[in-house]
Amino acid sequence: MAESFGRAASVRHGVRAYLLIVAMWVRSTLTYRASFVIMAVGNAAGSGLEFVAILLMFSHIDALGGFGLPEVALLYGASATALGLADLLLGNVERLGSRVRDGTLDVLLVRPAPVYVQVAADRFALRRIGRPLQALAVLGWALTRVQVDWTPGRVVLVVAMLLSGAAIFGAIFTLGAAFQFVAQDAAQVQNSFTYGGNAMLQYPPTVFSRELVRGATFVIPLAFVNWLPALRLLGRDDPLGLPGWVDFLGPVVAAVMCGGAALAWRAGLRGYRSTGS
Amino acid sequence: MFWHRTAGGGAVGGAVALYAAVARGGFRRYATYRTATAAGVFTNTVFGCLIAYTFQALWHERPHLGGYDQAQALTFVWVGQALLATVALTMGGGFHEEMQERIRSGDIAVDLYRPADLQLWWLAADLGRAGFQLLGRGVLPMVAGALLFDLALPASPLLWAAFLASVALAVTVSFALRYLVALSGFWLLDSSGVAVLSGLAAMFFSGTLLPLRVFPGTFGEVVRMLPWSSAHQVPADVLLGRYPGLGLLGALAFQAGWAAVLLAAGRLLQAAATRKVVVQGG
Repeated sequence: MAESFGRAASVRHGVRAYLLIVAMWVRSTLTYRASFVIMAVGNAAGSGLEFVAILLMFSHIDALGGFGLPEVALLYGASATALGLADLLLGNVERLGSRVRDGTLDVLLVRPAPVYVQVAADRFALRRIGRPLQALAVLGWALTRVQVDWTPGRVVLVVAMLLSGAAIFGAIFTLGAAFQFVAQDAAQVQNSFTYGGNAMLQYPPTVFSRELVRGATFVIPLAFVNWLPALRLLGRDDPLGLPGWVDFLGPVVAAVMCGGAALAWRAGLRGYRSTGS
Repeated sequence: MFWHRTAGGGAVGGAVALYAAVARGGFRRYATYRTATAAGVFTNTVFGCLIAYTFQALWHERPHLGGYDQAQALTFVWVGQALLATVALTMGGGFHEEMQERIRSGDIAVDLYRPADLQLWWLAADLGRAGFQLLGRGVLPMVAGALLFDLALPASPLLWAAFLASVALAVTVSFALRYLVALSGFWLLDSSGVAVLSGLAAMFFSGTLLPLRVFPGTFGEVVRMLPWSSAHQVPADVLLGRYPGLGLLGALAFQAGWAAVLLAAGRLLQAAATRKVVVQGG
């Protein structure tokens, strides 16, 4: 069993199992090449259309909530890249509810690999690479257009923003899945925070009410995905007037969120009773 | 499934009773999932709020964009959220996924043997589903939207009646489009790629991302003539009173026209597909 290995060994075992399952699904996906290409392009177009809507808005206006097009594009690109990465790597955990319902989770319990790894890697959908690629393209364009005095520190800030953003979204996916141990049919709720969070973070915080921005900072810390680091990058004040060092807390918030998500997942799995029992 | 409800066909009265029973079955089937319905209401309300804030900012910069004042623009948002699950064109969750699966597995051959019309059967089931979604997932987000924002909801019962008729036609157009998508599985075996493209087209061309009246110039005019505008743009405009007098009938006729054309296309494609099934099975 995994517990008898050392901690590092069990992590290595988990990652190996994840990669093996993912490789298997990638091979199977590429069997239907035409279908895969359509789906990947569709995935990119799905998030691309949201950017087209932003472009259409900016054909009528010069600034939204005091932010110009390159700045909104930066917010859009950062948030959609983070969500896209999280969705690609472990978005499939959202199907946990249906696994509990139809009993297929039980099969995973007896296999010699961590259940979380199996649930996250099962039916790995390579087509979901479309969204992060498209978002990265927009982000790249935005970064060349915004007025930023580039230093090594600011480059690190951008990379840290994307990685911790992906980790925060990943933690929310996992929390949502853990919640489905309790409420199996409530898979939709987490969409409010993942896709809904992304829909919110694409726009400047000045567009939303103060209460909403507060909630997105202190309750569900989505603001750390892109708002706070991007505002720092653009040299703008954040609407809540938080101290400056808070802008750099993204990786810490991401680590805390992942820890919390891991605990919630364990609690959910431990309390799981099969439909058969 | 509820195939066992199939009664002997033949007389028109029997047929009506059959499809009414199928529609009731569709309604009751979706009414079973209460947690999912509550989760959906929650999600629609959250999305409604987020989009409403961005529209508020947009209409603050450009009042009367697309001929809507701010309250009308916000109403447009909430009508969209209320109809999202009902029309089911943008997201999954309708009959077409099930039908796709039956085509892929070959179970559709059994369906074709049944003494009921395939298209009418699924249409009846989908109308029943839509009826439940309108009550279960449409009303509450709309109420939440009206409580949280200033909306421009009409007082005239005539407009509300016309709106309901427009929603029924929206569901029918949506059904006809999804039926075509599902039928494409006869040739492609895996029609999920087509389903994705269809969902994207619906998201963009129905007005759900941005009202079609905001789309610029000729592009906007063309987009408003496409079938997808029936799914969100037209019902919202009906409710907002954008069609004065006989224009209201014109708007409903526009939807009914697309419904008729697309349903007919579905029948033609089904006939072609059926011949193919016979070849495959023989």
